[in-house]
Order: sequence, then C-alpha cells, then structure tokens
Amino acid sequence: MSESVPGIAPEVFAPVEAPVSPPQTSEEVEFVQLLTPEGERREHPEYSFDLDDEAIKGFYRDMTLVRRIDTEATALQRQGELGIWASLLGQEAAQIGSGRALNSKDMVFPTYREHGVAWCQGVDPLKLLGLFRGVDQGSWDPRDNNFHLYTIVIGAQTLHATGYAMGQQRDHAIGDAEQGEATIAYFGDGASSQGDVNEAFIYASVFNAPIVFFCQNNQWAISEPIDRQTRIPLFQRAAGFGFPGVRVDGNDVLATYAVTQQAMKRAREGSGPTLVEAYTYRMGAHTTSDDPTKYRLSEDLEHWKLKDPIERVRAYLTRTAEVGTDFFDEVDAEADTIAARLREGCLSLPDPSLTDFFDHVYVEQTAQLAEQQEQFAAYAASFEGEAH
Amino acid sequence: MTKISLGKGINAGLRAAMENDPKVVVMGEDIGKLGGVFRVTEGLQKDFGEDRVIDTPLAESGIIGTAVGLALRGYRPVCEIQFDGFVFPAYDQIINQVAKMHYRSMGKLRMPVVIRIPFGGGIGAVEHHSESPETLFAHVAGLKVVACGDPVDAYWMIQQAIASDDPVVFFEPKRRYHEKAELDESVPPALPLHKAKVVREGTDATLFCYGPMVKTCLQAAEASLEDGRNLEVVDLRTISPLDLPTIFDSVKKTRRAVVVHEAPYSLGPGSEIAARVTEECFYHLEAPVLRVAGFDTPYPPSRMEEEYLPDLDRVLDGVDRVMEF
Ligand SMILES: Cc1ncc(C[n+]2csc(CCOP(=O)(O)OP(=O)(O)O)c2C)c(N)n1
Repeated sequence: MSESVPGIAPEVFAPVEAPVSPPQTSEEVEFVQLLTPEGERREHPEYSFDLDDEAIKGFYRDMTLVRRIDTEATALQRQGELGIWASLLGQEAAQIGSGRALNSKDMVFPTYREHGVAWCQGVDPLKLLGLFRGVDQGSWDPRDNNFHLYTIVIGAQTLHATGYAMGQQRDHAIGDAEQGEATIAYFGDGASSQGDVNEAFIYASVFNAPIVFFCQNNQWAISEPIDRQTRIPLFQRAAGFGFPGVRVDGNDVLATYAVTQQAMKRAREGSGPTLVEAYTYRMGAHTTSDDPTKYRLSEDLEHWKLKDPIERVRAYLTRTAEVGTDFFDEVDAEADTIAARLREGCLSLPDPSLTDFFDHVYVEQTAQLAEQQEQFAAYAASFEGEAH
Repeated sequence: MTKISLGKGINAGLRAAMENDPKVVVMGEDIGKLGGVFRVTEGLQKDFGEDRVIDTPLAESGIIGTAVGLALRGYRPVCEIQFDGFVFPAYDQIINQVAKMHYRSMGKLRMPVVIRIPFGGGIGAVEHHSESPETLFAHVAGLKVVACGDPVDAYWMIQQAIASDDPVVFFEPKRRYHEKAELDESVPPALPLHKAKVVREGTDATLFCYGPMVKTCLQAAEASLEDGRNLEVVDLRTISPLDLPTIFDSVKKTRRAVVVHEAPYSLGPGSEIAARVTEECFYHLEAPVLRVAGFDTPYPPSRMEEEYLPDLDRVLDGVDRVMEF
C-alpha cells in the first residue's frame, strides 16, 4: 500500500505506536439511553426522564410531523421545486428531544439541517424552504423564535452562539436553572474538525459561557466517515477543553431530552458549557445532491433502521402506555395536512426581485450601491412587457 | 485643547464611546492589562472592567465570531486585530458572517461591529506585521472600510465607526500612532465617517491618499512648491464607500490625479479611483490617473521597506509623470 503513495517514504507506513487508542466503534462506547430500540424504558444513574406519557405522545407527534415535512421537502426537490434539501431523516429524536428541552428565553444557533429544532421553536416550516428554493437566505426573524438563521459555513455558528452566550452572561441573564437563559449550538461530527468549533470550545470554557454544544454525530460528513474526523469519541474532547461531555443515544428522544435539559440547566445556572454528543445516524443522503451508495454499505442502513427513533416511541406507546391506533392515525392525518400546506406554500413562494436585495446590503445604503440599484431597476424595467 | 497622539486619540475615542453606551465592548488579544501591543486600549480595562474590555484567547476567528454573537445580543463589539497580517484567520468570519448578516437576514439583523486593524509598514517589523490588506475588505459587499490619517480624525472616526449600524473595518496607520495634533473634544467632528477631506488646497494636481500616506503626501506637496507646483491633497478617509463627489470635484479642479497607497499596485484602491475618475471626469482630465503604490510582491523584509513603500521621492516622481502629459 505504501508504494502507491508517491513522495511518501514507505517507513511512514511502518507500524508506529498509536498516540491514542485506536478508533472505537460505536457499540463499545457507553451512552445515555432511556428508551431502547424495542421501546422499553431504561433507568440511568445520572439522567432520568420525568415527564408523563402525554409528553411522550407529544414527542411522537413532533417527530412524525417533522419527518413528514422532511419527506415532503425531499419530494419537492425531486420535482425541481427546491434547488437542494438537507434531510434530517434519522435525526428526529436528537432534534426534538433537545429542542423540547429549551426554555422560551434560550437561544438556538443551528446548522442547515435543524428542521426539527426549528419546529420546536415555532418557526413556520415553509420559511425553511426559502433558502433551499433560492428565494431568500432565511426569511424568519431570529428574534421572534430565538432561532438563528441557518449557517452553511461549517462550524461558524458555534462561535456566534458562544458570543451570544457571553452576551447573556454580561446581561446577568444567568444564575437560575429555570429562569436563566442559555444558548445551544448545533453542529455535526464533521464540524468538530473545524477551527471555529475548537475556538468556540475555548472561548466558552475560559469565559464559562452559558452554552450547550450539541453535536449530532450522524457519522458522516458528506462521504467522510467519523473516523476521518476523530480518533476518540467526540464527547471525550470536552474534557480537554475543561468542561463536561456526554454521549447520548441520539435516536432516543427521552434521553436526548433528559441530557439536554440537564446541560441547559447547568448553563442557565452559571455552571458553564457542556458538550452533548448525540450518537445517531443519517439515514438519507447528505443532501439531495448526494449519492450515499457510493461510499457506504446498505447493511449499515438496515442496521440503523432497527434503531429508528420514531418506531421505538411508537412501540413504547402501543405496548406500555396502551395508546390506541386512533392517536397514530390522527398524527398521520395531521402530517398529511401539514405536508399539503407546505407543498402549496412552496409553489406560491413569490420570486424575489434583485432590485429589492440591494436594500439589504447596508443599513446605511451607499451612494454607489444606490446608483447601481437605480441603473439595474431601469435596465430591468426596459424589458417589461417583453415575452421571455 | 490638548496635544494628543493618534494612538491616544483612538484611546480617547474608545473611552468616550464606552462611556456613552454601556453596550460597547472592546475585545482582542493583550488589550486588557497591557493595553494592547500599541497601548491603544491602555487604561480601559482598569476603568471599565474585564467584562467590557475582554482579553480574548489567542484566536482571531474566535474574536470576530464571538463578536458576531455579541452583536446579535445587542452589544457593539470593537475588536482589535493585533497586526494586519493576523486578520486572515478571522477572514471567513468577517466576510461570510459579519459582512453578510444584514443581507442574509433581509435587513432584520445588524452587525454593528468594528474591526480595528493597525496596518501598513515602516516600523521595521518582521513579516506579517506591515501589510496593507484594505482592498481585500473594500471588495466585500456589506463591509465599510475606513482609515484614519491624523489624531483628530482618529478620535472622531472611531466613535463614528462604533456608532455605525454597519460593520466597519477600521484601519489605523501604525507608524503614525505617535504623530501629534491639537484636539478639542468640545468641537464636534467636521465630517461624517464616509467623507473625504481636502487637507491641502491646490491647483495643479491632486494627491489622493489615506492613512500613513497622508503625511507623506503633505510633505510632497510642500516639497513641490520648490518646483512651482501647487498640489491638492485629499485624505480619502473612507475606502468603502469612496466619497466620489469629493474626488470628482478635486479632479475637475486640478485636472490631474495621483493616487498614493502602500497597498500593492494592481487592483488596489488606486485602480478603482482611476476607473471611476475616468468614467466621470474623462473630459476634465489632462493626464491619465496615475498610481504610486506598493509593489505586487509580498511585503519585503524590513531592510528593504524604504524602497518598497511610496516615499517623498516616489510621490514626487508620480507628480512629475502626471504633469508631463
Ligand atoms: C467550511 C465549509 N467547508 C465545506 C463545506 C461543504 N460541506 C457542507 S456540509 C459538509 C459536511 C458536514 O458534515 P457534518 O459537520 O458532519 O454535518 P452533517 O451535514 O452531517 O449534519 C461539507 C463538507 C461547508 N459548507 N463549509
């Protein structure tokens, strides 16, 4: 193998003492789990889920609806209505569990895949489509729902979140686990390699900022597997930065809720950052532009289907909470209604006008740009009435 | 009236801004106890505390990235980048995040962030300590880019930059930090942030300059008198947006122009000014707009910087050339 790498001396490939333990496979590492894939409740010494079955039904509903929103968006992309879509398929529990653990004053900084968290924060799903359809770059007002714009540059938002949390700290908005405020930053396993994420860890740590870093380790960064990003389980990195890290079963909505809630409480009361690694799996493609059959095994997908985050809740509700089929049918019907509304809304999203976008470059428009805007408007107007 | 250096002018301006608005926070490396490597923030931490004068970890992307978050929270961060050549680890945050947030949010979010960068050469420093990267920022939509050239401007412009709801990259001519001038804080600023200033009236040609080159150009104008030339000197002060009306007015008056900057020659601010003047003042011109600038090389080792940097002679040579037409 070494000969095939030009310019690299074969001895580089000679066995060396590994500086760290070899990459650990998923199953070897303990994580917090409160609901098994079979739908059975589990106890954990440090984390407990203390809501009732009604709440669990709520989680089931949330997860089902966002999965439906997601499949509808994927379909819209396939029909040419969206340029691209980043699916959350498989990550519903990580997002709903963590999203539902937030208080109304907490602030969220997402990547581009957090449709489930957006749902929890009350962002109209239709607004998520704008970026992917190409009519805007995020049309919701982040202040209305405490849900920042999607961020495409990998990891950049973790610093924004940290700065925001430093602001909460300076506003004396912390100090109470319930009444205080905190920030949560979402990012992927690939992002964990970015400088910004590591800088965010350092800033958060040295300033003791009220923040939770929520890494959805879906094990893939486009085609690169997790072992291209790290030699150790990601949650263990936190220790090196001086704050706690915890790995949670990212397909277990009860556990992601319990773990996030505790981490957010810690942040709100002023005890500083936590890294939560939600261990999950990206069941679909990275985005609709991507072909996962080129780089991963279909057996893996089959294996993870058995751990589906929604199925296990359904199993629990059916068997243990004795919830009847009526409930599931109602949720399905609601999902269909939402999907239909999403589709209709998407098709009627108005095409933006470039002329208007000149207005948003600066708060105080420059003379040069105003002139370009005017010239462009006049030029565009000269085509009016012409057939295209 | 007090005589104040350019560095102290910025310090006083920061202090005034912090007193006026509790949301102003200053952040950067070594800016607390040390007062910054150029002492521009001296004494601020003592008076405003560690929460408002934040000694950050040594991570530039972190400085700007967390400033984005602070700004989203309602703060007005003023970030110090220690030296021009060290801004690049933060470049992504500046151009992709700070510059675009207002646009991406369709005007809903603002980034009242100031990024202070001591820039330019002439201090005998090692590599990465003498760069003039202003064009790289001026080319980015969403940023405003200014450079102060004298202590009074320094005092007012930093306050105006902090008051701006748009992000401002604020270039400070590090080799002029110790230049002094009289400052009367009770006299309001003569100009808004994005106005150029005719610092010397003249009739025969205009020297356009900013930052460290303002002094050089004023000296050149004095020296030119010996050759019977009366030069106008315009301190641009703002590089993005350019104050085109003032530029055009001056060219229409003198009919000849030389743009002087330390930044590399090609595609620098001089290129833009030359193009604009050609578009707008073509029939007024007696000569093409010329540029006296740094070369299209990396900034050289400091033993050669005197040759690299536009100095009195190079500026005068440019004037000779523009007068020959
Ligand atoms: C700085 C940067 N580099 C590259 C890309 C292109 N890109 C988009 S998503 C992605 C993979 C991200 O993986 P991960 O962080 O694990 O998140 P996931 O998409 O799996 O949720 C890459 C490389 C980018 N958006 N930003």
